[in-house]
Amino acid sequence: MAQLAGSKTSEHREHAIEQFIGNLLRVCVIATVVIVVVGGILFLPSILWTAPSYSKFVGEPAAFRSVAGILGQALTGDGRAIVQTGMLLLVLTPILRVAFSVFAFLYEKDYLYVVLTLVVLGLLMFSLLAG
Amino acid sequence: MHLTIIQFTGFLFAGALAAGFLGALTGLGGGVVIVPLLTIVFGVDIRYAIGASLITVIATSSGAASAYVREGYSNIRIGMLLEIATTIGALVGAYLGGILSPSFIAIIFGLVLVYSAYLSSRPRAEHAPAHTSDSLALRLKLPSSYPVKGEMVDYGVHNVPAGFGLMGLAGVLSGLLGIGSGAVKVLAMDHAMKLPFKVSTTTSNFMIGVTAAASAGVYLHRGYIDPLLAMPVVLGVLAGSLTGAKVLGRSSPKLLRIVFSIVIFVLAIEMIYNGATGRI
Repeated sequence: MAQLAGSKTSEHREHAIEQFIGNLLRVCVIATVVIVVVGGILFLPSILWTAPSYSKFVGEPAAFRSVAGILGQALTGDGRAIVQTGMLLLVLTPILRVAFSVFAFLYEKDYLYVVLTLVVLGLLMFSLLAG
Repeated sequence: MHLTIIQFTGFLFAGALAAGFLGALTGLGGGVVIVPLLTIVFGVDIRYAIGASLITVIATSSGAASAYVREGYSNIRIGMLLEIATTIGALVGAYLGGILSPSFIAIIFGLVLVYSAYLSSRPRAEHAPAHTSDSLALRLKLPSSYPVKGEMVDYGVHNVPAGFGLMGLAGVLSGLLGIGSGAVKVLAMDHAMKLPFKVSTTTSNFMIGVTAAASAGVYLHRGYIDPLLAMPVVLGVLAGSLTGAKVLGRSSPKLLRIVFSIVIFVLAIEMIYNGATGRI
């Protein structure tokens, strides 16, 4: 009986951690929307009447292809780079969730899943920083 | 058709809004129609379209996550274990995306769309949850419980290697085509691993964002993610899917589901035709 009660508390805690992570993700998405709208307001008016060209692929400029490049450009107040910062935050959101899951499994002393989660985190960081 | 930025952004936002709304209302997800919408209707190069679609998939999956967690259905251990397969798959898919020709990618995209339309036109049979588990599933501590009418019911887990393999494939498709490949993920967990319907659906949603983030990093470095293009798409799909989820309540609009399946099927044929004739 005592064991059953113990497992219920741990399940409850597990759920609380998951709930925290779920809310964190929602906050990230809301922050992204705010950043994207602010960036859009800064740069859209100046180009409203120009024609976009996406029919031929040329790729983004180098500054918009890396974490350091995007943040550096955004700090200069460039609206387009601020929008791209929002996109970067979206890519970071699931990575944050995985990072927090490492702590959740550590807290539960479930070391097998700490290792498995670190593998996923490593793959994601590889993609974002070196991909 | 020469549009100015104001028209282009406005139409794109409206299209994304409709896609997100119908996707949430029918449960098919709006992400799957973003690439055909951008390439066929707006004449956007498929590489930019895939970049914008991946970002959108992450946004909708993350935005819905807290609601799914609250319901208590998703299994984080299964999700995390299978994410190893989907992230490796997604990196492979993103690599393939860099070497395959856009026409070929368009044809694969069309075929996957046909399959999704077919799957969504059939009702999903709810099988009785398994009560036993494989020894591998037990060693990995995968079996768990989920709420049924307020009571926690235990369920077993089977065929972990088969589920892992199918998830790898789901990851490759996600990385190559810029979609969530929820259909393949649910298939792997429903049919191979014998998970209850609600557990597989919510765990799949839990995994979609992480899978998409794995290939989004690669595509960001390759210059596929354009802020001006992604902005109206992300905002439109997010607004559309949130509205759709509110309207939905508990009903399942059957007619709308059929209509949306037909739209997906037509877009699929168009993708295959354009790919085969070299227009994409």
